[in-house]
Amino acid sequence: MALKGNLRDFSTTQLLNLINLARKTGTLSIQTESESAQMSFREGKLIYAYMGNDNGKNHLAQILQTSGKLSPEQAQVIQSHAEGKSDKEIGHLLVTARRVTQNDIIQSVRQNVLDTVYKLFTWGEGVFRFDANRMPNSGYITIPIDLESVIMEGSRRLKEWEILQEELPDLDVALRFTDRPDARLRNINLTVEEWRVVSFVNPRNSIRQIAKANNLSDFEIRRIVYGMLQAGLVEFVNQPKPAPEKTESPARRKAPPEPSPAAKRSVVVRLIDRIRGL
Amino acid sequence: MQAVKMVITGPFSAGKTQFIGSVSEIDVVSTERKISSMAEQVKESTTVAMDFGRITVGDDLVLYLFGTPGQRRFDFMWDILSQGMLGFVVMVDSTKPETFREAKRILETFESYASTPYVVAANKQDMEDAWEPEDLRIILRLKPEVKILPCVATDKESVKNALLELLYSILDQLDQENGDKS
Repeated sequence: MALKGNLRDFSTTQLLNLINLARKTGTLSIQTESESAQMSFREGKLIYAYMGNDNGKNHLAQILQTSGKLSPEQAQVIQSHAEGKSDKEIGHLLVTARRVTQNDIIQSVRQNVLDTVYKLFTWGEGVFRFDANRMPNSGYITIPIDLESVIMEGSRRLKEWEILQEELPDLDVALRFTDRPDARLRNINLTVEEWRVVSFVNPRNSIRQIAKANNLSDFEIRRIVYGMLQAGLVEFVNQPKPAPEKTESPARRKAPPEPSPAAKRSVVVRLIDRIRGL
Repeated sequence: MQAVKMVITGPFSAGKTQFIGSVSEIDVVSTERKISSMAEQVKESTTVAMDFGRITVGDDLVLYLFGTPGQRRFDFMWDILSQGMLGFVVMVDSTKPETFREAKRILETFESYASTPYVVAANKQDMEDAWEPEDLRIILRLKPEVKILPCVATDKESVKNALLELLYSILDQLDQENGDKS
């Protein structure tokens, strides 16, 4: 039977919880207007995840580049020679050639799967469908991961995401460097990504435009900008729009006093007999 | 004449009226009207006050089935309907995951009204898109002792089964209470 719906009604957390508790085997596909993702499970364990449509092509060179195990040039060379080869075959060749270790591959694939799934926790909308027993391409490298820890970490990140969204609700505002940076700036160490963002800080660029130029997700740009704001490195050109006020759920009405038990055992037995005979 | 009642509740368009209609010996007294809201135009009319069905057990005993209105603006009817009920059935349209959260809310509200037993009827199990009852159990966070029953509200046997399972639960609770007292 189908297991389909929209993330509007069921969060990623709830879906993963269901798959974990019911020890399901199959593939969960999620499709939004602009993105798609696939997650595969075996007996309730996450074994594979991929952002985008699964076109059956290999992904290992890209995954190893993202994890820093291969340089962009190395990944490009491998990719150009890997036409028609599966991830498992490429992995075997790379280990044999001592470009990477088996552990490098396992850790990189595992991290890629987790990064993909954690991103899905922030998706508030998207059509999902679970196809029981549909497994990923046999050439992919699958690693079983317990869902409990994924759900816990995903929920933690979701909370962080909500806080960031509250602190930085409007991405259409521009940033500028503070006129009088304070003493805190002396101890700042910027990461490569932060430097990339810093290079785009300009009253003409909105935060959203900076994110787009650097290929950063809403979550990533919010985290970086929030850090820079806290450090006193940048400030808003105009004050951002405040976060929309959270509507409080209507207070639960007080339960009326429990009705006195009207039915006796004999009444219930008679009802059972009557309904059986309908 | 002693009258006992059961309440059939659930989200909008879950199949409550059909459920009652499948076993009631009278035509369901349904206070329905044409739907005005675009969002609710899944069916032509909906229950605005309550459905009412009857099963006569004997000269001295009658069972009434009350269906609650599915739309939120009639929530105020719920606690009136729940007073003195023997038990309740929560209907869920298994093909509409967008209504499961609402089903959970309704279930919790009725739970808070009375400690009477209840069952969950996973309706429309004959449809291709229906979620499995055990998946619904997890989603609705049902306690292990709460029965979730596959159901097709238009099928009399299926509805009888749901009502009987509810009655068995009521019987178990009565026996347990009697056992505790003695």
